[in-house]
Amino acid sequence: MTKWFSDTFPNVVYQGWTGDTGWWTSIVQTFYMTFWSAIFGGILGLVFGIGLIITAPNGIAPNKLLFWFFDKIVSVFRAVPFIILLAFIAPFTKLIVGTQIGTTAALVPLALGVFPFYARQIQVALAEVDSGIVEAAQSVGASFWDIVFGVYLREGRSEIARVSTVTLISLIGLTAMAGAIGAGGLGNMAIAYGYNRFATDTTLVATLLVLIFVLVVQLIGDYLAKKLSHK
Amino acid sequence: MSNPIISLNHIDVTFYQKKRTIEAVKDVSITINRGDVYGIVGYSGAGKSTLVRVINLLQEPTNGSVVVNDETFFQADKETNKKIRIKTTDLRNRRRKIGMIFQHFNLLNERTVTENVAFALQHSKLTPDQKKVKVTELLKLVDLTDRAEQFPSQLSGGQKQRVAIARALANDPEILISDEATSALDPKTTNQILSLLKKLNEELGLTIVLITHEMQAVKEIANKVAVMQDGEIIERGSLLDIFAQPTQQLTKEFIETATNIDKAIATISSQPLVQNLNDNELFIRLSYVGATTDEPLIAGLFRDFQVTANILYGNVEILQNTPVGSLLVILSGTDEQIKAATSTLADHHVEIEILKGGK
Repeated sequence: MTKWFSDTFPNVVYQGWTGDTGWWTSIVQTFYMTFWSAIFGGILGLVFGIGLIITAPNGIAPNKLLFWFFDKIVSVFRAVPFIILLAFIAPFTKLIVGTQIGTTAALVPLALGVFPFYARQIQVALAEVDSGIVEAAQSVGASFWDIVFGVYLREGRSEIARVSTVTLISLIGLTAMAGAIGAGGLGNMAIAYGYNRFATDTTLVATLLVLIFVLVVQLIGDYLAKKLSHK
Repeated sequence: MSNPIISLNHIDVTFYQKKRTIEAVKDVSITINRGDVYGIVGYSGAGKSTLVRVINLLQEPTNGSVVVNDETFFQADKETNKKIRIKTTDLRNRRRKIGMIFQHFNLLNERTVTENVAFALQHSKLTPDQKKVKVTELLKLVDLTDRAEQFPSQLSGGQKQRVAIARALANDPEILISDEATSALDPKTTNQILSLLKKLNEELGLTIVLITHEMQAVKEIANKVAVMQDGEIIERGSLLDIFAQPTQQLTKEFIETATNIDKAIATISSQPLVQNLNDNELFIRLSYVGATTDEPLIAGLFRDFQVTANILYGNVEILQNTPVGSLLVILSGTDEQIKAATSTLADHHVEIEILKGGK
């Protein structure tokens, strides 16, 4: 079995398990990048998404200037292709994490790359919350934060779970590009050690591992979205 | 005797859209007394919902003043451009004393019945234990104790509206605004909700503002009625006055929806009996309010004037414990007899409308 494996996938075995170019290292790098950029990008996206909903002309705290600000920032960042964003914000990355290459350095462009997408998704998810429910909450004297947390986020939680899943999956896609600034990860494995070296078996296994990761995220996300909905 | 709890003065609500302005409410003044069940009737788009949202400032008026419980919530003057507005925190506290229920219930879908009611108690000064007791009491009041842990999606329309009523009553409000609360319900459930509202009005002294396009609902529980059209109140008065003597065409239309008397007139007019009226016969409509009907007037017509009255259709509503009726009758007798009979009827405050004369 082991012999068959090393005969069929020689390059996969060549990469090794640990070490700088090992499989385990790549898996951990992908997890690391996905996790932390999801946290930072997620918080930023939530803030902008909620901001877009509440400052909108029909929101609970309409504010033209703030809405314009949220809207434009999100639009501009969304418009920049990720691979260009990586390079473009390198000086900013260095300012924040002290270096512009490596896995940790990738977190900055990843978070900035994913947040506008997530913000739009959150905006759409929260727009689904019936304005009548918001009005009913106001009629019983609910405060601003009661409505943000108790109505929008609570009522929208199933939709939020759904759009978070979509975002997380697209984020996993972005981590593959982070290899361009030496961030490692499974994407980099597939391109740098697989495709560029004509090691098709390495590309195949790296792709399979990414697929499994995506699939698990999708399954958990679907489960949560269903579990959280009582509509 | 009048004890105003809500007074809206010269309210304008104007929406400015890109290319046009919409005057949803135009110079409406209305005073609602403590303990009233005030029905505001009108077709959709008449401005009813916008008007009542002004009471708890869910809708801020463009002009006019809003006074609730002798406290000025809002005052705006178009001319001087001065605005006085109650403080936001105060407004939130006051809103808790103004319950509101809606056509589509507007319950929190991701919370159970208990949590929905408790949501209104978040800022209450009650202890957690007292809140629990309060929620239990409210659910008992609306007869939903056995549904406490269910989600709104598991309830019927009537049950959802009862949860909404429990939520609206959580902070012991003095006013309840009902925005088309029965419009999405079937007739039987509508009646259940209306009798619950009536009970709340009678037992808790709750002042109710009832907006609806269904005259039936108003007829059941209101003591005062205002009719709205194109952002203005075109007619208002006590339920009895409005029903007995509507002056505006729209008011008459609404009353017709509750009594169907016009439809009856049309049907009966096409029947041979009325088509081939004899020379000495008169097809008339008698309308009356209240005590008059205690006397056997119709029987008296024959006894005193030898006029026979053939009753073809009758509709009697009991409004505010007072009968309000309409009869479609063919009177037969000589000219003199009929003249004497009708003048006696008029003396008894029966209104007579001649629908078709024999000659």
